Amino acid sequence: METMKLRGIGKKLLTIYPSNNVLIADLLVYIPAVILYCCYLKETSTKKKIASALCILLYPSLILIDYGHFQYNSVSLGFALWGVLFLSYDWDLLGSLAFCLAINYKQMELYHSLPFFCYLLGKCFQKGLTGKGLVLLIKIAFTVVASFVICWLPFCTEVEQILQVLRRLFPIDRGLFEDKVANIWCSLSVLIKIKNVMSPQTQLKLSFAFTFLTLLPACIKLTLQPSLRRFKFALVSCALSFFLFSFQVHEKSILLVSIPVCLMINEIPLMCTWFLLVSTFSLLPLLLKDGLLLAYVVTTLAFLTVCATSFSIFEKTSEEDLQLKSLSLSIRGYIPSFRAFPKIIKSLFIVSVTLMGILTLMSATLTPPQKLPDLFPVSVSVVSCLHFLFFLTYFNAIVLWDSRNGRNQKKIN
Amino acid sequence: MAAAAGGSGGCWFLALALGVSLLKCLLIPTYHSTDFEVHRNWLAITHNLPVSQWYYEATSEWTLDYPPFFAWFEFALSHVAKYFDQEMLVIQNLNYSSQATVFFQRLSVIFTDILFVYAAHECCRYVNGKRPGKELLEKPMFVLAVLLLWNFGLLIVDHIHFQYNGFLFGLMLLSVARLFQKRHLEGALLFAVLLHFKHIYIYVAPAYCVYLLRSYCFTENKADGSLKWSSFSFLRITLLGLIVCLVSALSLGPFAVLGQLPQVISRLFPFKRGLCHAYWAPNFWALYNAVDKTLAVVGTVNYLNDRWIGSRIPAHCPSFCDSTSHTHLYLHLHIGPRGFLQCLILCALSSFMFGWHVHEKAILLAILPLSLLSVESPKRAGIYLILTTTGHFSLFPLLFTPPEIATKILLMLLFTVYSFSSLRALFRKEGRLLNWLETIYLIALVPLEIFCEIVFPLTPWKLKFPFIPLLLTSVYCALGITYAWLKLYVSVLTESVTVRQKAE
Repeated sequence: METMKLRGIGKKLLTIYPSNNVLIADLLVYIPAVILYCCYLKETSTKKKIASALCILLYPSLILIDYGHFQYNSVSLGFALWGVLFLSYDWDLLGSLAFCLAINYKQMELYHSLPFFCYLLGKCFQKGLTGKGLVLLIKIAFTVVASFVICWLPFCTEVEQILQVLRRLFPIDRGLFEDKVANIWCSLSVLIKIKNVMSPQTQLKLSFAFTFLTLLPACIKLTLQPSLRRFKFALVSCALSFFLFSFQVHEKSILLVSIPVCLMINEIPLMCTWFLLVSTFSLLPLLLKDGLLLAYVVTTLAFLTVCATSFSIFEKTSEEDLQLKSLSLSIRGYIPSFRAFPKIIKSLFIVSVTLMGILTLMSATLTPPQKLPDLFPVSVSVVSCLHFLFFLTYFNAIVLWDSRNGRNQKKIN
Repeated sequence: MAAAAGGSGGCWFLALALGVSLLKCLLIPTYHSTDFEVHRNWLAITHNLPVSQWYYEATSEWTLDYPPFFAWFEFALSHVAKYFDQEMLVIQNLNYSSQATVFFQRLSVIFTDILFVYAAHECCRYVNGKRPGKELLEKPMFVLAVLLLWNFGLLIVDHIHFQYNGFLFGLMLLSVARLFQKRHLEGALLFAVLLHFKHIYIYVAPAYCVYLLRSYCFTENKADGSLKWSSFSFLRITLLGLIVCLVSALSLGPFAVLGQLPQVISRLFPFKRGLCHAYWAPNFWALYNAVDKTLAVVGTVNYLNDRWIGSRIPAHCPSFCDSTSHTHLYLHLHIGPRGFLQCLILCALSSFMFGWHVHEKAILLAILPLSLLSVESPKRAGIYLILTTTGHFSLFPLLFTPPEIATKILLMLLFTVYSFSSLRALFRKEGRLLNWLETIYLIALVPLEIFCEIVFPLTPWKLKFPFIPLLLTSVYCALGITYAWLKLYVSVLTESVTVRQKAE
């Protein structure tokens, strides 16, 4: 009787425990990071700060993946966010520590490692490599190594064990991509079956090459002229390059790009809202499989409503607001009458949202023809991929043409 | 919701309405009570059977016990339901709850709430803010809109527990708004229609009768504001009577013709049920029962048992006396639509306190109209905070399933924190809204909740005395609600005495 009673209570607790578990992890790591970040935003009114916090917390994908699909992404993303927060206060050691914790929690955070590395390196260079800069470099290196050692200590008994852990973390044998993901390789495979054309080794080398080619410009500029603003944009463009060109990418990795984009929602509200909507849309096949269609529609509509009312995104579409002033000035050097950015962007936004809405409706209601059973997931992936390429160009353009800290423009190709 | 300050007029209201509708959509897959099966059964009955069978059908235990207009409403819904799932319309499919059925029924509640949204919009226009703040978030209109649209009680009763109170309260608030706009006939019509949708609103009928008699049928007042008996207009009272008769004829007419009126009445007013519901509504009878049980346990002779009360004194008597007493007061003083609203709230509260087989959900009948007064005066705001917090807390036992615990606690916190902070901000210059005793009482709700939901199920008493959490909740809330009722009564009486003295 007693055991039956205890089992009954245990069963009851088990049903509530897992789902509320994610909430506890969220409350401890991610949510405080977001709130503190918004509290300490510079040059913004209290209203805008609250609006930013609300919009970031309402971001649909994280909610749906963590609570619906069920994962604990908010812990690693929260740690990375703490890293960014500490770095914005020049507490470099704490920032590196936080980021190391993030990487050791989930190795996907390596997508963000290059911007962190380049920014800190750039700061050391700025302070001069002889003297203060070198001291800082050594301190950071020590922090990173120490945190890795502490995390890996239980597994450091043999080399074979470390190798096995690495093999599990980086499953190179699995192939270029799995399932339908809004990746270049998956989208290209609609036209050319890359898996049949090239050997696995060549595929690996090709993806490596493309990834680094696309993220190199932003990283170099960040190292040479480190600033917090450039750092945040570099986080986005590097993570996006990894997402688009890397090996064995899961569609959930888009979260790594979205969280840095959320951080800039009060600077470029229209583009950030647009990107966040596309990132949620790219998860549609996964969400449909998990039965989260209603939650997806409701949270996306709520997010769009809140962003639209809080930031009045449709009114703020000047070149200044889109951060494209420097770029359009350069273009006007060649084509004097070019002023079309606001109009182009606005119309593209409306077309894109309509297209996503139609595809959502079709995926949810219609059954695909027998000859093309994966028609809808593939269309979603291809459409999202095209959007992501556009955003990659956009964010890279901002980093490369940005001259906010008053130095001369350096065109780096 | 952070809406752009100074944004276009209707924009923030639409954003609030859209936001709460999206939240309601998220609540679609939550727990639903037997009321879900009740309404599915009524859909089936009205769809398949002729009108003459509606009040006789008894295959399911959930027989039709709402007035005819509601039955016609279910009939109309059933014609949309057949496109979602034909099986839900089969009477024999007891407890049928396929995904399509749940989706359709929940969606119908969300959709009919449009009437409530419209009524809230009309009420917001007539709010009298003494000091309209410059910030949108501090305007009385905005606060009232949130308190009405995002009302926690309505959300969990309608969208989780499952009922159709939204559009019914919409009809009531709309009739109140029409009376504020001096469109008396429309107000009367709306209320008459409402009565034939759900007869629980008969609790507040005395307020309507007396107000319409006083302010509409007597066309003029004497110089000091009191009644001028000679200005009685027979035309107006005839018009009112016509409206009521017409609506009643439309509703009960077919059943009168079929000779089924006694059956309908017996279905609508089932007096065989006991004085108290299975879960005691936190009213006077809960306190009485608690004292009675304590005396029984202690061992003294208890000559106050509810069988005695039930058979000797109709329980409605005290509430009826209450209602007539303050409506009698109203006859002598012309206080206008606001006085009517106070009267309505007092009627609803008194009926809640003393009524027969009252459901705890009936507290919403008092909470929603009180929201209208709470944004206008600090005294009313204080009473509103006590009544709302205890009233909403008393609804907690309705949702007892584990997954809903987090939802109900978080939603309650959201609403309570907002109501306290916004009303305090609105009346910042008037001092504290609640005294220390009231604050302590409300704060003690937190340990009570922790005890009932978390501590008690882990103790060995759970099997022997499973009713303890319900008892504690009911009795504790009854104290708060009784206190709020008395406080409101006293403040209305003292106000009317002051007004009378001023007039003299």
